[in-house]
Formats: sequence, C-alpha cells, structure tokens
Amino acid sequence: MTGTNGLVIAVPRGALFDETLDWLDGLGLRTDEVRSNDRKLVFGDVGLITMRPSDVPTYVAAGAADLGVTGKDVLMEHTDAAITGGGRDVYELRDLGFGRCTMVLATREGPDPAAEALRRLGVVRVATKYPRIAARYFEDTGRQVEIIEVKGSVELAPLTGLVEAIVDLTATGTTLRENHLVIREEIAECTARLIANPVAHKLKAAAIDELLERASAL
Amino acid sequence: MIHPIPSGTRDVLPDEMRELRAITESLRAVFTAADYGEVYTPALEYESVITRGELAGVRPAYRVFDETGTVLVLRSDMTVPIARVVATRYPTAEPPLRFCYFAHSYRGVRPQRGQPREFLQAGVELIGAGAPSGTAEALTVLCRALDAVGLARYRVGLGDATLYPALLDSLGVDATARARLGDELARGDFVGLEQGLRELAIDEDAIQLLLSVPQLRGGVDVLHAPPGPVADAVAGLRAVRELLDADVAERVIFDLGLSRAPGYYTGAVFEVYDPALGMPLGGGGRYDNLLGEFGRSLPAVGFALEVDRLHLALAAEEGL
Repeated sequence: MTGTNGLVIAVPRGALFDETLDWLDGLGLRTDEVRSNDRKLVFGDVGLITMRPSDVPTYVAAGAADLGVTGKDVLMEHTDAAITGGGRDVYELRDLGFGRCTMVLATREGPDPAAEALRRLGVVRVATKYPRIAARYFEDTGRQVEIIEVKGSVELAPLTGLVEAIVDLTATGTTLRENHLVIREEIAECTARLIANPVAHKLKAAAIDELLERASAL
Repeated sequence: MIHPIPSGTRDVLPDEMRELRAITESLRAVFTAADYGEVYTPALEYESVITRGELAGVRPAYRVFDETGTVLVLRSDMTVPIARVVATRYPTAEPPLRFCYFAHSYRGVRPQRGQPREFLQAGVELIGAGAPSGTAEALTVLCRALDAVGLARYRVGLGDATLYPALLDSLGVDATARARLGDELARGDFVGLEQGLRELAIDEDAIQLLLSVPQLRGGVDVLHAPPGPVADAVAGLRAVRELLDADVAERVIFDLGLSRAPGYYTGAVFEVYDPALGMPLGGGGRYDNLLGEFGRSLPAVGFALEVDRLHLALAAEEGL
C-alpha cells in the first residue's frame, strides 16, 4: 500500500515541518504540494492537514485527524492527568527521533537568582510558555513557584526583572547564551512524536499498523 | 439579561430534549425487556462511603460540607452507588440482580476542551453473574441497546484488565514497575511504555512481547496466542465470544491493550466506538471485587453509555 491508507494526518508547521515531511516522504507519501504551498491548510488528496504544532493534539483528540506529529513538549503541556484521573485523549505511538530539544530551567548568569529567591522569599517567579510543565516540575521537586505565562520571547522576562527564572525549550542554547542566561536544570528531553486518536487506533487498526510497519522499515 | 452557567454545564431546550428523550426511551425499552429494573440514587453521597476500600473508582471532583461538617461528594459514576445499594438494600436477595439507571454523574474537566462537568449516563449493572455468561449478557444488552438507538456503525472493543498485569507478573516484573507500566498503557503512551520496559532487567524477547501484545486489536485472529499468561486471559475472551449471538459477535473488536480508567475492573472490559466520533460512547467491564468492599461479595459486570455522545454519533451518522 501507499499513501496514508485513507487516514488523515496532522502535520505541524514550524520547527518540525521539514523533518515531518521528510519522514512522510519516507513512507511513500507525496508532500511536494505541502512543501510548495504555505497558505493552503487541507491537502485532501494526500490525506494531510497542516496546523500549529500545539493544535495537533487538539485535532487528533477530537478525531478531526486520525494521526498527527507534534513535539513531546506540546504533549506534556496538553496532558493534565491530575484532573482527568489518568485518562488519555491521544495515544502516543512512536518517538520519531527528530526535532530534539531540551526543556530547561534557566536564569541569568552569575549567582543563581532562583535559589536566592527561594531562600529569602520562599517562592521563585518563573516565566514560561509551558505553565503546566513548569508547575508540575516545581511541584515534583518540592519548591514553591509563581508561574507567569508569557506568549512572546521568554528570555526577556528575567532580563527585565519580571521573574528570576524561565522554563523553556532549547535546541542549541544559542538564544539563551546571547541573552546571558544559563541552564540550571534539565527538565525533559523532547522529540517529535507520532500520536493517534484512540478511536481511530481501534477502528482503523489495519491502516494504522500498516503505516507503522512502513515507518519501522525506514 | 444574560446570566451565565458554569463551564461544562448546559441547558437543554425542547428540540434537543425531544431527541435525547427518544434515545433514553429506546434504551429504557431494551433494559426493561431484559429485566433490568430502573433505580435512582442520590447525586450527593458521603465521601467516606463512596471512596471506600482500595478499589476506588474515578475520584469525585466536587465536595461540599453538610450542616454537621461531614464531607459530601457529587458521584463520579453510578457503579459505586449501585454497589452500595446492593450491599445495603439487598443484603440477602438471591442473585443475580439486574439494575439499570439514567442518571447524571459529575467529573472534573480540563478548561476549554468542551468537556462536561455534568453528564447523563445510561447503564446497567448485572450483580451476581460471573464470567463468561454475565459478561456475554452485558455485551448482548449493550448491542441491543445501541441497535435500538439507531446507531448503524458502532463497534465494541473487548479486552481484559488483568491481561497486562498478569503478563508482567509472569515475566517477573515487580509491583511498582507494574503500576507504572500500567499507567503508561492506560494513557496510550507506547513510547513511555517502551522506555519503562527498557529500564527493567528483562531480555529483548520479553520487551518485544510486552510491546506487541497491547497493540494487538482486531478480529478473532487476535485471540491466537501462544500458551502462557496471554493465552489464559485470551481464553476468557474466547469463552465470552462463544456465548455471543452472531450479530453481537460481529460488532466486537478484540483489543488486548484495552485498559479503562477506574481501578475496580477485574476481568473483561469493553468500550463503545463509532467512526463518527473521536471519543468512546461509553464502556464497562467486570468488577468482581467491588461488591466485597461493601460487604456483599458478588461478581458483577456493567456498562454505562454517555447519552450526549450517543446523540452526537447518531447526528453524525445521519450526516448532520
């Protein structure tokens, strides 16, 4: 078989875009139109739809896409098992290996301002785009934290005195270094993952398994 | 004037109510014909009673204090309240006992995901009928009910909650690791499952077995397992299948990785899917130890369907 076996696959635009398309090429899919047209969202004839990486779990959980590719960071932020009692809304089928990044806790260089804030004020202020991951990490390590969610450049927050530390994703550490920030702790390694809608995983088992076999053969 | 209601709750107006009522009436007719008597239990229960024992179900999300300072909870499902009813109101009645219900349950939600805090469940509990005959009866009632609602394309995933723990146990995996791996499987995190397995002191063949078995799903061919712990659990599923009528059996997908959230399941578990909807319509399973927690030890099986999801699937199947 070739193509997506009638499955709809959610493809993340952004940092994972090219490598995801390379991976899909490896499965024998035609991705040239997706590569060349950056405004179109639905590529119905090849079973691909494109979206922001953080939207991928939302579409897959609802069944609007059967499979999707997104970062582990997005999945960690998407899942909140504490509320739903350990249930799942997407299956995580494969670690695709590419898009490797590290979720880190970083502060300004020099004496650690986060440790100092914890010692003297009892709480550290942390800016992040990943409020759930940050809150869970500080809870798991037994430290009090005040999470400040920002949408733009997180590096700005410690430089302006808004916070003592940031939790953010870094691939090479260049942006951190340029802003005189240093990594204090590594929280998690994040790579691209293949996820599936739980109902599609049961009802379209043959189609999904065949695609996984092709992926394993790469 | 606009007066808001809490997120995850909603008003139902006559047009929708008429359609929901048609669904529940169809279900009630099937349940009643199969001799399941309808019960009502309070939405508010004592926390100390409802979270009794180690086999707790879904943790209640809403708690209030009454006038005396006692903690009350809004029930998170109907299975535990009915277990309480059986132990309290039917301490000596001759089993099997058959109950059905149409009742709202309450769960916590993740914000902005369209999840309901309050949802109407329709279900049955069959108390005092063991495997495989009790399981087969529950599956039969389930399929008859879905047929009566008018769903054409539904499937029922059938697995066994004891299968994976038994497999891990037979390969010498200790209880702590079993619990962690069970969580990974319940979350459908096969990447986390593989990572967890690679941290264990077991050989590559065992890892491959433990990775492949929970991904086995499909027709009867899934039940052809080599002798061992997998074969034991699968034998139970095969025994259930032999008791099913052909029209029920053809709806069943065997799923060796099926795992359901409440911790009280002790054997067969099932889940209802429709291609029109991205989430299960409902599910159930065997809970042979739960009644014992309430002092009347009886095997039991039951299921619950979410009426709003049946409605969504029905509308989608009709091409709405």
